[in-house]
Amino acid sequence: MGEEVKLHGMWASPFSRRVELALKLKAIPYQYIEEDLSNKTPSLLCYNPVHKKVPVLVHNDKPVAESMVIIEYMDETWENNPFLPRDPYERAMARFYAKFIDDKLLPTLAKLGQTAGKEKEETIEEIHEQLKVLEDELKGKQFFGGQRIGYLDIVAMILVWLHLAGSITGQKVLSTEKFPLIYEWIERVMKMEVVNECLIPEEKRQDWIQLAQRAPKSASN
Amino acid sequence: MAESNVKVLGTWASPFVMRVKIALHLKSVRYEDVEEDLLAPKSELLLKSNPVYKKIPVFFHAHNPICESLIILQYIDEVWTTSASSILPSDPYERSQSRFWAAYVDDKFFPALRRLLIGATEEDKKAALEEVVEGTVVLEGAFGELSKGKAFFGGDNIGFVDIALGSLLGWIEVIGKQCETKLVSEAKTPRLVQWADCFSAHEAVKDVLPDVDKLADFGLKLRAKILKALAPTN
Repeated sequence: MGEEVKLHGMWASPFSRRVELALKLKAIPYQYIEEDLSNKTPSLLCYNPVHKKVPVLVHNDKPVAESMVIIEYMDETWENNPFLPRDPYERAMARFYAKFIDDKLLPTLAKLGQTAGKEKEETIEEIHEQLKVLEDELKGKQFFGGQRIGYLDIVAMILVWLHLAGSITGQKVLSTEKFPLIYEWIERVMKMEVVNECLIPEEKRQDWIQLAQRAPKSASN
Repeated sequence: MAESNVKVLGTWASPFVMRVKIALHLKSVRYEDVEEDLLAPKSELLLKSNPVYKKIPVFFHAHNPICESLIILQYIDEVWTTSASSILPSDPYERSQSRFWAAYVDDKFFPALRRLLIGATEEDKKAALEEVVEGTVVLEGAFGELSKGKAFFGGDNIGFVDIALGSLLGWIEVIGKQCETKLVSEAKTPRLVQWADCFSAHEAVKDVLPDVDKLADFGLKLRAKILKALAPTN
């Protein structure tokens, strides 16, 4: 059967990168289309007329938008290397913490670049409280998914991005003392080739930091 | 007889709680209904069972708490599979479309509706109203795609998107009355108008949707509470 998979994405978008990681974890061949968010392709606008955002996965000409919707679609369509656990309660927990990262942690991190002084300190406090939730989730586990990388690990890659940003800006929001389990997890996943392939390439990281600090609104989901 | 290990912590006025009850009714699962007073300080049970968000609904099954209404719905669908009523479709692509539109309701439509309810200035309200009406038109289009000529987003029977959007109908009516506008109008969204009637009359729904006058009264109190909390302190 002819399977055609395309991904409309953007190099600096964590949402787009997480779908790429998911594709690589399932070893699904795909064609990647880099979108210039200031000049979106007609295809993107056609495939995602509601939000006009990346990422959009197109499978045999059928578009799926919204990164978490895409990831669940992938898990249900390609059954190898499952992302979600089998048990309904564990699935609910994975979904809950993934949503927590997207609804709480990511917006607070986005706010960080826009604040200074006391407000910045308060934002960092907030981030620390949110990171504690994730630190607790790692207790007794190698990965958020248990013994192997799974749904929540894919979404939690933002922690790797946070760590990389800290190394570049010198501002370490994520400290090894406060979050030892997150740090161990970061070291563990960064040993994986597929994870490294989906990180911002080193030569683009300075640009990425500047982009992140400039743009309060995301053009991706 | 309620399954002793199924409990819903929520309130009659919350659309997110209504979603969970509708899902349980669809699956013919009896449950214990525990009421949380939204106008009072949060209960110990709520703070303990949902420490991350401290929000309702919290769904308990065999003492395990699960939070976030759409996540609860998927859990219910995955646990109670023997009943005829599936909440999500079986085809992965159709499931993805259902998830997409439910996310649209929560991430785009509901926030605009909420802004319309608590809008402090005329300008805020006007902007929110435009967004809400635009949203209904988008959802009218979605209904056309998903229903495939049938009565519900889910086809012959109510499904994920029906529950996600339908649970807001009471509030949509209350807020519309406040703005003196029909938010789901015959002129712009005739199919949604029809759908709303069918949804509200459904067996699994009719006892869950609240009385609109009672909700309007509650809405005023809730709006006052929210605005007070948002007001700058001196």
